[in-house]
Amino acid sequence: MNAIKLTGLRKSFGTVEAVAGVDLEIADGEFFSMLGPSGSGKTTVLRMIAGFELPTAGTVELGGRDVTRLAPFERDVNTVFQDYALFPHLSVQENVEYGLKVRKVPRKERRERAEQALASVRLTDFGRRRPAAMSGGQRQRVALARALVNRPKVLLLDEPLGALDLKLREQMQVELKAIQREVGITFVFVTHDQDEALTMSDRVAVFDGGKIVQVGSPEEVYERPASAFVAGFVGTSNVFTGEVAKALFDRAGTFSVRPEKIAFDGDAGAPGVVAEVIYAGAVTRYVVDLEAGARVVVVEQNRHGSPGTGLRGQRVRLSWHDEHVIEIPERKEPSDGA
Amino acid sequence: MTLSGSARWALRLFMAVGLTFIYVPLLLVLVNSFNGDRTFAWPPRDLTTRWWSAAWENEGARQALLTSVQAGLAATAIALVLGTLVAFAVQRFAFFGRDTLSLLIVLPIALPGIVTGIALDSAWRSVMGDLGIGKGLFSVVVGHATFCVVTVYNNVLARLRRTGTNLEDASADLGASGFQTFRYVTFPLIRSALLAGGLLAFALSFDEIIVTTFTAGPGVTTLPIWIFNNLFRPNQAPVVNVVAAVLIVLSVVPVWLAQRLAGPEAGASRT
Repeated sequence: MNAIKLTGLRKSFGTVEAVAGVDLEIADGEFFSMLGPSGSGKTTVLRMIAGFELPTAGTVELGGRDVTRLAPFERDVNTVFQDYALFPHLSVQENVEYGLKVRKVPRKERRERAEQALASVRLTDFGRRRPAAMSGGQRQRVALARALVNRPKVLLLDEPLGALDLKLREQMQVELKAIQREVGITFVFVTHDQDEALTMSDRVAVFDGGKIVQVGSPEEVYERPASAFVAGFVGTSNVFTGEVAKALFDRAGTFSVRPEKIAFDGDAGAPGVVAEVIYAGAVTRYVVDLEAGARVVVVEQNRHGSPGTGLRGQRVRLSWHDEHVIEIPERKEPSDGA
Repeated sequence: MTLSGSARWALRLFMAVGLTFIYVPLLLVLVNSFNGDRTFAWPPRDLTTRWWSAAWENEGARQALLTSVQAGLAATAIALVLGTLVAFAVQRFAFFGRDTLSLLIVLPIALPGIVTGIALDSAWRSVMGDLGIGKGLFSVVVGHATFCVVTVYNNVLARLRRTGTNLEDASADLGASGFQTFRYVTFPLIRSALLAGGLLAFALSFDEIIVTTFTAGPGVTTLPIWIFNNLFRPNQAPVVNVVAAVLIVLSVVPVWLAQRLAGPEAGASRT
């Protein structure tokens, strides 16, 4: 049974089509990410699943039931909002109990379940605080507890880590994944951060211009991007087209090679000049101008310490294995969707 | 912004002069209500509470106080209901003529009281009278409500604009019906704005005289009108002073409270 099934989903705001036909099935218990730049329609799709927006066309099914026209409170989903949307006039405990209170769960059970939920996000002794007296990361966890306490079939997360600093974000990524495995419910995670999507997800849908351009496991999306857009948006990539592609690969088409798959090779390979050396801690990025007429990014791990900037201006040769060359299908008609 | 030394001193002087002209006369009224001398000799030689008890025993003044409180409470009640409803409509929904409606709601506070007064007076003469609703306390309440709505509307609108709809979305998402969301989330969030708007509305109504003059029916005398009628009767002067002092206190306290409640986003005020 699918947890979520979207069919022909569309949404227009005035003359702007935010979502232009989305078909998608998300399995029970999956950690599913919707990845795309801002304005690509991913958040609007999430809001239609939650019930905050009515689709212009198409249907939303949750657990096999058509909920397209139902109000948010009639759907078995809960949302963790981008700005957390904690109730400022209620304590943390009251925030977490809110969903149970409006569903008339008895006071005693309410309290126990809220305490359990707070414990599961490691906020046991914070029940009496007001949200305003907590840090961003703590508020984020309260929002998570407030949603999970209702034991929804699906949890929707709208860029929940966007407001946190890098360190906290990485920590929360690991924690979110662990919580999802523990509770075993479906997570639908909206993000514009490709690292986040690749790190946590079972499957990723890449959005562009109100449509899904590719769905697959993180590995599939990264190693076999379906279009130049996916190759460019998910990770950095070097995309070769036209004459350059013909010169480098001996045939026409669009090709992509990931920066970490390119190596400096003494004698063989494509010749070029190092234009820029960027030291970034664990890795160093080189920008190389190939004689064939393309600018290429190469990433090398700093396994033997810093390489210095001595390579700038030097002539080098670049090589890669054939199996790391991704041939990108030519852009099809706009209706290709998923 | 930095100012030169002389400019700073000039501005300080202006401020001191301005505040003096506003508040010293008020203070004078308060002090004179305790002045032992019937002709208000200055400085007062002895203090007395005689005028206060005289005012309390003055049937006309007591009746006027009661009328003012009734009119103020009724106008405030109408303002709370209508002002809140309009604020929600304007802030939460897009509809044809929304900006015009917003302007029409705010306009009465800018209109000269005499215009509102004449308009209501003729409306009552030509229409309401024929419907069998004569001038009385009710017409005063309607007249006051026209500008009391504005303070509630402005306060609630500012609050709704600041809180946004996210919290209501969250409430619905957690399973609350529309009514539950209003009761547990929306109302607590706008409560202090309602209180601030209501207090300002009451203060506006309580010291209003122009619109009241045109809308009050025979036998309806509010406190400001009573003061005005008795101001030039020499033997009533001490009592008028006391009533004016009461009026000052009853107007200042709500405004002060409203300012504290509304915080930096305080709404329009005419007082």
